[in-house]
Amino acid sequence: MAVSEPKEPLMAKYLLLKHYRRTGPAWVPGTDIPMDQWSPEDVTAHIAFMQQVADELRESGEFVDAQALSPEGTWVRYDGEGRPPVTDGPFAETKDLIAGWMVIDVDSPERAYEAAARLSSAPGKDGAPIHEWLEVRPFMNELPPTVTE
Amino acid sequence: MSDALTDLLRTLSPQVLGILVRRGADFAAAEDAVQEALVEAWRHWPAEGTPAEPRGWLVKVAGRKLIDEQRSVSARQRRELRVHREPEPGPAEEADDALLLLSRCCHPSLTPASAVALTLRAVGGLTTGQIAEAFLVPEPTMGQRISRAKKTVSGQRFDTPGEVGSVLRVLYLIFNEGFTGEVDLAEEAIRLTRQLAASSDDPEVAGLLALMLLHHARRAARRTAAGAVVPLAEQDRSRWDTAMIAEGVDVLQAALARDALGEYQAQAAIAALHDDAARADETDWPQILEWYDELLRLAPSPVVALNRAVAVGEVDGPLAGIRILDGLPDDLPRRDAVAAWLHERAGHHAVAAERYAVAAARATTTGERDHLTRQAARLNAGLGEG
Repeated sequence: MAVSEPKEPLMAKYLLLKHYRRTGPAWVPGTDIPMDQWSPEDVTAHIAFMQQVADELRESGEFVDAQALSPEGTWVRYDGEGRPPVTDGPFAETKDLIAGWMVIDVDSPERAYEAAARLSSAPGKDGAPIHEWLEVRPFMNELPPTVTE
Repeated sequence: MSDALTDLLRTLSPQVLGILVRRGADFAAAEDAVQEALVEAWRHWPAEGTPAEPRGWLVKVAGRKLIDEQRSVSARQRRELRVHREPEPGPAEEADDALLLLSRCCHPSLTPASAVALTLRAVGGLTTGQIAEAFLVPEPTMGQRISRAKKTVSGQRFDTPGEVGSVLRVLYLIFNEGFTGEVDLAEEAIRLTRQLAASSDDPEVAGLLALMLLHHARRAARRTAAGAVVPLAEQDRSRWDTAMIAEGVDVLQAALARDALGEYQAQAAIAALHDDAARADETDWPQILEWYDELLRLAPSPVVALNRAVAVGEVDGPLAGIRILDGLPDDLPRRDAVAAWLHERAGHHAVAAERYAVAAARATTTGERDHLTRQAARLNAGLGEG
């Protein structure tokens, strides 16, 4: 029987996903302003803030990874033995795009939410917090704990 | 790089740290000084030969580093540390040092993860890089975690061993992490618990050591060659390590004879009863159920109640087990997996298949998810034929 003691909440990894356009909750009113309509100083301040949050997480021993993704990708699939991969796209109407992510290793889901909220407080146009929604997804470990009955 | 030297230094480094800290050195400063002394040892010993008194050598060098540090940090407080004046410790003091060091690293003011990291570094003698690899985080992140933990527990002198319970909890957590990389955390936990057991007559320390041995003995059978999880009932028992089981049983019996039962001894007793069965259907479930009753009394939790439901299912039939599940919280991890198992035993294959699918969707490890998905698929295939 595959029953086990649950793991004590040691550290767990969470993916903090930043979306370009999302199918999730509605924007907080007044915050849906594309970055190219901010002032250059606002853009600089925003990027500096993101860097600062990453540094804070390094300092607290919780940072694992941060990556940004190019907005345009290509769809690819297998097309049979000996045939080249089939590609498609890009699609302008894609409803949802992943902009990038941060991976953190923290001791509770609440702490993961706190870190996500900190990222979401980044300054936007005129320095006001952007209040953007971030998606927080727990990682799955590979193996169950050792003690299994 | 010589493995013998690595082993020697890993054994000596916590001893040296224990000596410095017992003599009144600040924990964080002493840990840094020991690391520097180890670097010196690596620089000199391979070429010049290991000194006749390697531990004394390290204590002297680390003590000198401490004093240098002390001088550079605060010229005003140039008080001499007692470090280089005191004689080498005797065996009793060494035993105390081991527990003192562990209780400092497992201090309740630390989060479990910080205590685990600090214990592996300061007592286990692992490098920050090895610990980072074991927990799949970047080395600087682990370095920060350890350094913050050191600061948290530093500053105060410590002369009395702390609560042994928090030490056992941390060792248990390390064991349960298993192994993900080059460092085998389960074996490291056994090594540390063995050291502690050698210097402690607390039956729960022995109970934890027995628990670890009795589980670790099944390691080779716990996964297929392809890496899939194999549940206890389906394991190839000829692959269990019988010598390790025998040792675990001896340790457990000596602990139980002291007549001070605790949760680790009870858990070890359950593991021993499983290990004792040559085939899964020879398992002494009535005795296992008695131990679960005991465990529920010693350390009541929904998880123990869930595991007990499995034993009830074996002793009084699956329907009795299902009735117990009805009283347990819906969001209890693995409740669906147990329900699926009991329903299958009761012949409710459609319900069981559905429960397995739910359990797979809620699994928190890919190993369990894949196992549960296969169970659901197996039952669904059978239903299709029927």
